[in-house]
Amino acid sequence: MTIALKEIRQGQAFAHLARRINVALVVFLLFYIVIGLLQPTYLEPAGAMNFLRRAAPLAILAAGQIFVLVSGGFDLSVGSLVTVTVVGGSMLTANDPSNTGWAIAVLYAIGLLVGLINGAVVAYLRTPSIIATLGTLLSVNGVAMMWSGGSPRGYLPDNFRMFGRLVFHDVPVVKIFPVAIVVLLAVCALAQWGLHGMVFGRRVFAIGDNARAAQLAGVQVALVRIVVFVISALAAVTAGILLGGFGGVSVDVGVGLELQAIAACVVGGVQLMGGRGTLVGAVAGALTLTALFTLLTLLGWPQPLKETAQGVILIIAVAFGAWRRRRTG
Amino acid sequence: MRLLKLIAPVVAGAALAGAAPFAASAQNFDDPKEFQAAQDLLKMTPSGPEGKPWEQNLGGREVDTAKYKKAGPYRICFSNAGVDNPWRVVGWTNMQAQVDALKDDIKSFKAADAQGKDDKQISDINAFVQSGDCDALIVSPNTTAALSPAVEAACKKLPVIVFDRGVLTTCPVTFVNPIGGYGWGIQTADFIVSKLPKGGKVLALRILPGVDVLETRWSAANRIFKENGVNVVGAEFTGGDNAKTKQIVEDYINRNGKIDAIWMDAGATAVAALEAFEDSGQPYPIITGEDQEDFLKKWKEKGLTAMAPTYPTYQWRAPVIATVRVLKGEPVIGPTWKLPQPVITQADLDKYVDDKMPPLHYAMCGCKDLPGYPQRWGGK
Amino acid sequence: MSSADVIACGFPRRRTAAAPLLLLLGSIVLYIGVAIATGQTRMLEVEGVVGLLQRMVALGIVAIGQTFVILAGSIDLSVANLISVAAVLASFIMQGRPEMMLVAVVAVLAVSAIVGLINGALVSHLQVSPFIATLGSGLILQGLLSASFTNFAGSVPIEFQSAAYGALGPLPYSVIGLFLLALLASILLRATKFGAHLYAVGGNSEGARLAGIRTDLVTIGAHVLCSLTAGVSGLYLASRLRSGAPWIGRSGVYDLESIAVVVIGGTLLAGGRGGVWGTLAGVLLFAVLDASFNMLDVSAYPKLVLRGAIVIAAVAIYTFRSRDLAA
Repeated sequence: MTIALKEIRQGQAFAHLARRINVALVVFLLFYIVIGLLQPTYLEPAGAMNFLRRAAPLAILAAGQIFVLVSGGFDLSVGSLVTVTVVGGSMLTANDPSNTGWAIAVLYAIGLLVGLINGAVVAYLRTPSIIATLGTLLSVNGVAMMWSGGSPRGYLPDNFRMFGRLVFHDVPVVKIFPVAIVVLLAVCALAQWGLHGMVFGRRVFAIGDNARAAQLAGVQVALVRIVVFVISALAAVTAGILLGGFGGVSVDVGVGLELQAIAACVVGGVQLMGGRGTLVGAVAGALTLTALFTLLTLLGWPQPLKETAQGVILIIAVAFGAWRRRRTG
Repeated sequence: MRLLKLIAPVVAGAALAGAAPFAASAQNFDDPKEFQAAQDLLKMTPSGPEGKPWEQNLGGREVDTAKYKKAGPYRICFSNAGVDNPWRVVGWTNMQAQVDALKDDIKSFKAADAQGKDDKQISDINAFVQSGDCDALIVSPNTTAALSPAVEAACKKLPVIVFDRGVLTTCPVTFVNPIGGYGWGIQTADFIVSKLPKGGKVLALRILPGVDVLETRWSAANRIFKENGVNVVGAEFTGGDNAKTKQIVEDYINRNGKIDAIWMDAGATAVAALEAFEDSGQPYPIITGEDQEDFLKKWKEKGLTAMAPTYPTYQWRAPVIATVRVLKGEPVIGPTWKLPQPVITQADLDKYVDDKMPPLHYAMCGCKDLPGYPQRWGGK
Repeated sequence: MSSADVIACGFPRRRTAAAPLLLLLGSIVLYIGVAIATGQTRMLEVEGVVGLLQRMVALGIVAIGQTFVILAGSIDLSVANLISVAAVLASFIMQGRPEMMLVAVVAVLAVSAIVGLINGALVSHLQVSPFIATLGSGLILQGLLSASFTNFAGSVPIEFQSAAYGALGPLPYSVIGLFLLALLASILLRATKFGAHLYAVGGNSEGARLAGIRTDLVTIGAHVLCSLTAGVSGLYLASRLRSGAPWIGRSGVYDLESIAVVVIGGTLLAGGRGGVWGTLAGVLLFAVLDASFNMLDVSAYPKLVLRGAIVIAAVAIYTFRSRDLAA
């Protein structure tokens, strides 16, 4: 009898563990193994590092977006913030490395301002975040266009581009080590601590779950809302710096990134009306989406079918999550 | 039941995808007659004032415009498809500066921006015609077929000048444009064929499918590549995105070991493609980009084997010049006015490279003599 | 009539008549003001006003459908891509032959209805969040469409073009059609059981379910209606542009703009309150903005900034007084 009980408890422990593993991580590893089979260079350390470098901007965007999603909102303005970062960065630095320091400071200030505006409109004007951030998306894009006259005016100096582009060579074990991964790890550590380690994170979850109840329990809803939008905006600026570094100046670098960030979070198990999600899930979702695109390119799928695949994955991921929740109650 | 709902879209999708081979295209992008016409135009010598290619023409005949003669100064209206890419931004700046240069003849110049929407542009054109505030209308159509009825209706009330893309009606006084996509494809493919080592691998980078000006470029180049047995290892769509371009090129380098040449249907991501070679530690390829300053700069700095075809932005100057002539009753070239389409070669690179102009400025702008140069175009 | 219907009819439906009326008056005043200020008084004549109304049609048709979906507490992000599919399918089937017009229209409406069914089922049965369900289905539609057609496909015969270009006197058929559609939709919302149930489900879906209303059928119905209007809008665009291209829906930004005008018109994103006339007032506002920017010769980029600010302001005007906590 006791032996049977022990076996049952072991089985329960195993099931408990299995339930805690994020599905997106599993899917990502599966995708990556297939990629490795098709293109063995990805299984080498250098290839893996390159992959992470590519995925870093989306992962950072997702790490910021998760705060807003968990609180029950949407931030549609992050793509245009990325654009303004790259365009503005080129205008401010004007190919002069000595400008990089203060230019980056100004860009973060712009992000802070946009985040504050988003948060204030949602918290004080009670406007739904879909509309508020849609409005900021249009306006920030307009500002980026107005500022640059439609075409970015300068080159980005090398020390600005270092964050996205610089790679340390001859590193032991991993062979190459992109600076972008340092940035990614730093952002992930901060986000993990902010969302899951601090009291602040618990408040964000509480608001997403039931804002009225959280308010009655003493949470300062307005303040928390503003802070989450600021976090998302600052993450967007960081992702913009990486993308500008990796790719150089461009006018439409941010197009569609907000929906990709939301998709990444959703694939990673973040619940869309708020209250549930993990940072690991968001980052895993970003890695999964990046792996999906790489896989489809390697398979030679035409661009339009890649969109179809993204749509299918999205629906399956969310349907699966909803089914799982119904099962576990 | 649930399973059915999951399967249904997949089945529907498969059905649609199966219809693909039978999809009929309204416009043929692989027309051998157009290809031949472009080759003939490339061989012609332009006639017109020396050093002013936006006033020159390749063949064509003169159209009598006496019936449009009016007393100046004129009120000109412009229906713009949009300014949603740097090429159009430079062109639009050229046009505005040209209007400034002719300000004695032009009383007012009103522009409507359709933001890339056909539906809006039709309404914009109708509004201009209805307003009665235009002596003449310049149109840069967003798409050829869709704008044709609106242009036809406009022709009945005032002289219309079309440029860049055409329309399916011959009612405009003239249609200004350079040789076009087939010419570009011929110029670039010929260059690559002449420089490519035997058995060399070519990677073609394209922006989007279905864009008429881009499709004709690829169809002409592909035809020449096939005729010469060139090994094209891939033709990928980059969406005009730097990051994606770099990723695609990196993947191809990994898979093929070495890429000898890059063909591009537009130059916006040329530098990104070259950086992919740098980051992979590979030698630079033979490359055809476009006349953007960042590409020219890199070409000069790194001593590349390259050429820059152009779809010259100076074609935005010609319609203004043509319109003023039409309203003065002076003859213009029509019904089609073909502008020369030069390329930038190693020999004339130094004439066009300019460090002080923005990276996405188009060097073949023909704008150095216009008021406001270089600040108006973002230069120093 | 079941007890569910009695309860549903009794649900208070406060008409936010103030919002649409204010919008309507504001838009009219703006248009007249700008026309006079810039001396372009001919825009106030019949032809000018007709041109203004014509700008409303494409967005207006699909926005009416989006109203139903948002009233039900859902959302539809797939409309732009469905419009592209409808336009391309219509012109592909017609291939310029008048005898294929009816077949094409029926086919487009059938496909639209199926898409609406799938969207509704995803939302109500699989309980996928509407944002993701319709984002996903939109991506799938666009992907399949772009994979099959790279350019304008087929063409539309002259007879079909009269839908967009024909007129009854000075009024185009398309404008008359838009207002008739709005009238029908309004009657459906205010005077039928389905409409009452729709408000109930949007206002309090748990309560509606407990009262015996089939919330899943109502949601599916709303999505089907929305997708049908997207199909009609696609047909209109195919007629106006003489052919259908795979990018028509995307370049017109019909998804985000339809949501914006519905919300600007006073319909709550959470559902349960609002109506079709408010939406049309929102569409009129956007049309007036387009026309006014042209008259004022505002250049492209400041227009974007202003548009964003106006979207926020137009919604904030009546949400800031609400005591609900927005997300």
